[in-house]
Parts: sequence; structure tokens; C-alpha cells
Amino acid sequence: MLALTRLTYKEAAAEGILQAMEKDSRVFLLGEGVDNITGVYGHVLPAFRKFKEQRVIDTPLSENGLTGFAVGAALDGLRPVLIHQRNDFMLLAMDQMFNQAAKLRFASGGRHKVPLTILSFVARKTGEGVQHSQSLQAVFAHFPGVKVGMPACPEDAKGMICRAIEDDDPVIILEHRSLFDQNDFVPEGYYKTPFSARVVKEGKDLTIVAVSAAVGDTLEAVKIFAERGGSAEVIDLRWIRPLDVETIIKSVSKTGHLLVVDTGWPMFGVGSEVIASVCERAMDSLIAPPQRISMADSPCPASQYLQSGFHPKVSDIIKNILGE
Amino acid sequence: MSGLEEKDLLRKMYFEMLRIRRAEEKISELFKAGHIVAPVHLSIGQEAAAVGVMNALRPQDKVVSTHRCHGHYLAKGGNLKRMLAELCGRSTGCAGGYGGTMHLIDDEAGFVVSAPIVGASIAFAVGIALASKIKGENKIAVAFFGDGSVEEGIFWESINFASVHRLPMIFVCENNLYATHSPILKRQPEERIMDRVFPHRLRVDRVDGNDVLAVREAALQAVFVASNKGPVFIEVRTYRYKEHWGINEDWQLGYRSREEGEAWMAKDPIKIYGQLFESENEEIEARIKKEIDEAVDFALSSPVPIRRS
Repeated sequence: MLALTRLTYKEAAAEGILQAMEKDSRVFLLGEGVDNITGVYGHVLPAFRKFKEQRVIDTPLSENGLTGFAVGAALDGLRPVLIHQRNDFMLLAMDQMFNQAAKLRFASGGRHKVPLTILSFVARKTGEGVQHSQSLQAVFAHFPGVKVGMPACPEDAKGMICRAIEDDDPVIILEHRSLFDQNDFVPEGYYKTPFSARVVKEGKDLTIVAVSAAVGDTLEAVKIFAERGGSAEVIDLRWIRPLDVETIIKSVSKTGHLLVVDTGWPMFGVGSEVIASVCERAMDSLIAPPQRISMADSPCPASQYLQSGFHPKVSDIIKNILGE
Repeated sequence: MSGLEEKDLLRKMYFEMLRIRRAEEKISELFKAGHIVAPVHLSIGQEAAAVGVMNALRPQDKVVSTHRCHGHYLAKGGNLKRMLAELCGRSTGCAGGYGGTMHLIDDEAGFVVSAPIVGASIAFAVGIALASKIKGENKIAVAFFGDGSVEEGIFWESINFASVHRLPMIFVCENNLYATHSPILKRQPEERIMDRVFPHRLRVDRVDGNDVLAVREAALQAVFVASNKGPVFIEVRTYRYKEHWGINEDWQLGYRSREEGEAWMAKDPIKIYGQLFESENEEIEARIKKEIDEAVDFALSSPVPIRRS
């Protein structure tokens, strides 16, 4: 039995990074501002205190280049962790992430490994406008050759970054900034979250698959459902790729109903993929058409007077469940 | 270097240049015969750049390259049999048939990887140099790329980072004056790339890419500087004789003149150095032919790969 300690989501992530670096001297961090006074959002402070500039490298603002540098270091036997302060900036690194990092093991006939971890952040704060409000997991998960994870709780914020760092393929971890101060019990020692979804709450009437910050929103919503006598099973997807279709199908074959709650856009999104996978493999289990809740299919406006209705809210989930 | 030593060195480099040319001529035959089904980017005309640089490197040094990588791979000591097998799509290829002509790899020879997205592999070399520095190794990384790469953001990102961190690496820009069919002066303000790199506070050099001894000399100095002080940029002026990809000439397209090409071919390093070794040439050619014929037999008798995900 692992000893537990109470940590916030971002403290847990920081502890995971520190322990992964203590465990393996090949692990190093790089990114814009990683060694500054705030240590990104605090994620790098423990690691920087212990390992200093030798293994925590502040960098110029060169997202595509940095990704390529990290790939090169990975090809040479190190295990880089590259940090981007927002996932929107990762679009500058599309070539290196997906033409290069995602392909090199395959294109080398398995001779190369690219043990690269990319840690970045999704947000939904008011006023951030069109380029600081995106949740790009579906874009990233489109590419074979990478893994994409979105921790929804402190335990996974730690366990998933450790899993990512130990993996021999590129892994993208997208944390959600709205979860940073959420706290819970976290195992003290080093551990890795498996590449599988997590059944957060068991139920029999409806399966809800949620990702990232949508997991907490969904748990709020199903309380109302329970008050009305409904019983929802809530699955935290955790990994967008590899997608744990088995856990979802097992649940849907019990409940007959499926709702997916995502933090990204609807078109070609996580909801689309989960629903398509269930329809392909377990159509007979579905009693009613599957549903999805996503961001509005539009860029996110900045004004506090315009933003309402853009990010899905607890009330949107309740409405969908209750069919109101 | 005494006269004898220089002649031995020249003989070695002449042999390596000729071997690359004959290998690429064989690739042309295999392409024509339908054994290679891929866009081969031949480096015929540019052999001295590859051979000159590699003859300055140590075994532990690492090289990355581009879509035009056959010559770099062979000059660094990459396995010829496995290269031809890769080009023919066979399971015994250096990447098991999964990489192809633009993704050669021979880790044992220190030829790490090549990639056709222009400029992309430059960053790998920066990362390898960074890893070398972090691990405290006496190893430098070398990136080969063309003049077109200099127009990519990642080139400047790489130059900047390598300079800030004084990384042990050499940037080798093979300036062959054309990116596919676009001449350099339509794409850049001047032909001398070196001058625009110099302000980034690294050592720069510019050398005649047909003079294999001059290329090697520049690279030797670069190895010393890179190992001790920080990155070096070498602009190697060179010329591609064949079309951008494929096995033919392309003077008929009109984007460059046959006269321009003939001026470069008059200074062809293989022709010039070949005159020095006229008495040995028959034996040298026979050695190369035997090796290439064996490699072709190896490739064409190898099993086809089985698909994995």
C-alpha cells in the first residue's frame, strides 16, 4: 500500500516530474521560462531547485526548433521533457511533432526510439481570445506514432507524466489550468498511470465518457441526475490516444446509452471518435443515438459578454442527460 | 602533411567520391529497371562536399542529412548493401523498407537519420550536440542541408540555439544554387549565405565544393572549433548535375542553363582527381564495381518486408 499525501493537481504534476528525474538521469527539461521564478506554473520548481541549469534548460522562443532539439537529444539516448506554456503554441511545432517525432521509429524500421514528452496546458479563462482558449487534443491525437493524455485529477497529473516520461514514443500531456488548484490524495512514491480509461463512478442507466476538466463537470451533473433517480457511469478517458475502447464498450453494453463530454471542438473530435468506435463495434448495445457535448463549433470570443455558451458547462451536461 | 601522405589521402577521397557516383549511377539503372520505385534525389556532382567533410570527422561524430542523402550516408561509412536494399524496398534495408530513399539510417556508422522536410533534420543535430554537451561527451553533430533550408525558420532557430549554448556542432550548407527549380537569387538577397549567418556569433566559412581537400581542411578546422569553442557554419558551393529528383538531366526545363552546368562539370572533382590516379583507375573501378554488384545481388535477392503497424 502506497502512502498518500494531499496535493494539488499542479503540485502532483511537479512531484511526478521531480521523481522521474530522480529515477532516471537521462531525463531533462527544456522550454520557454522553465527556470524562471514561477517555474512555468510551479511545475518545474522542485526539479529546478534540485537539478539546476544542468537539467532544466531555459530556451529561446522557438517551438518548432525546440521540438527538433528534443527529438535529436532523444535520438541520442536522453529523455527530454519539453514544456509549452499553452497548447496553442504547439501549432508552431507541427512539423517536428508529427512529421518527425511521430514518424521516426516507424520510418527507421523500429531502429530509432523517440522518448520525448511534451507537456502543455489548456485553459478556458474569460478574455483570453481566440488563440489562448483552444483545446487541441483531437488535432494531436490524429497522428499515429504519438500518445496523448489529459489528466483530470491530481493522482493522474502525477502518474501520467511519469508514464509519459518512461514511454519510448512521443507522448503529449495536456493539463487543464482550471484544475490546477484541485486537491486530493496522491500516492507519495513513484508510480505510472496505465494506458487505460478510469471508471470514476459506476452506474447502470447511462455511460458518460469525459476528458480533462469535463470529468469534474460531469460528476457535478450526475449528482442532479441521481437526485432524479438516474444512475450514470462516468468514465475518465485519460488517454485520447491510445483510446481505451474496451472500457467504454463494456460500460455501454451495460447501460445502452452513451454521452461524450469533451473540452475540444465537435468536428472530428474526441466525441466523434469515441462514438464512431462504439458504433463500429457495439452498435447493438445502443438503445438510443449517442450524444456529444463539446465547445461551440467556433473560435472563442474574448469578451465576457460573448463567451457564454462557448465552453460546455455543468448545466449543459444536465440538460443533455435529462433531455430538457 | 608530406606529399606521400597527401596522395594517400587524396586516393582515399577519390575512391570514396567515385564510389558514391557509381553507386548513384547504379541507382539510376535500378530505377529504370523498376526495382526502385521512389523519388530518388541524386547527389551526382556534389560528392566532394560529403567526402571532404566526412574525412575530417571522428568515428564518434554523428551526421544527419536530407532527402539528398545517399552520398552523405556512404561517405560516413553507411552500409551500401543495406542502402540499396532499402531503396529497393526490401526487408534487409537499413530501415527495413519503412524509410526509403529519403530516410536512411546507419547508427553503427553514426549516420543518425535523414528527413525530406526542408530544414527539419538540422534541429536533430542541435539536439544531438546538446545531448553530447549534457553527457560531457567528446562528440560533435553535423547537419547537412541545402541552400533552401536557410529560408526555413528552423534553420535560424537552430543557429540561434547552437550559438547561445556554444554547442559542439557543424552546420554544412551545400549551396547548389537551386531549390528544386528556383534559383537562389529569387529566394535570397544574395548568393553568399555565410555573411548572413555570421552575425549570430559563430564561426563561418565558405569553400569551393569541388575542391575536396579544401572542404576537408575547412571541416578539420570546424571539428576543432566545434569541440572546443562552439558551433561552426560552412557554406560549401556545389552543383547538382541531375534533375531535382529522378535520374535524368533537366536542362530542357530552362530554369538553369547547360552552359552553367558545363562550367561546373569542367571542374568535376572526380574527373580532376581521376587524372592523378590514371594508372590505378582500372583497379579502383573494378573494386567499386565488384562491391556494387554484390550489393545489388544482396538487395534483389532479399525478401520483401512484412507489414507491421
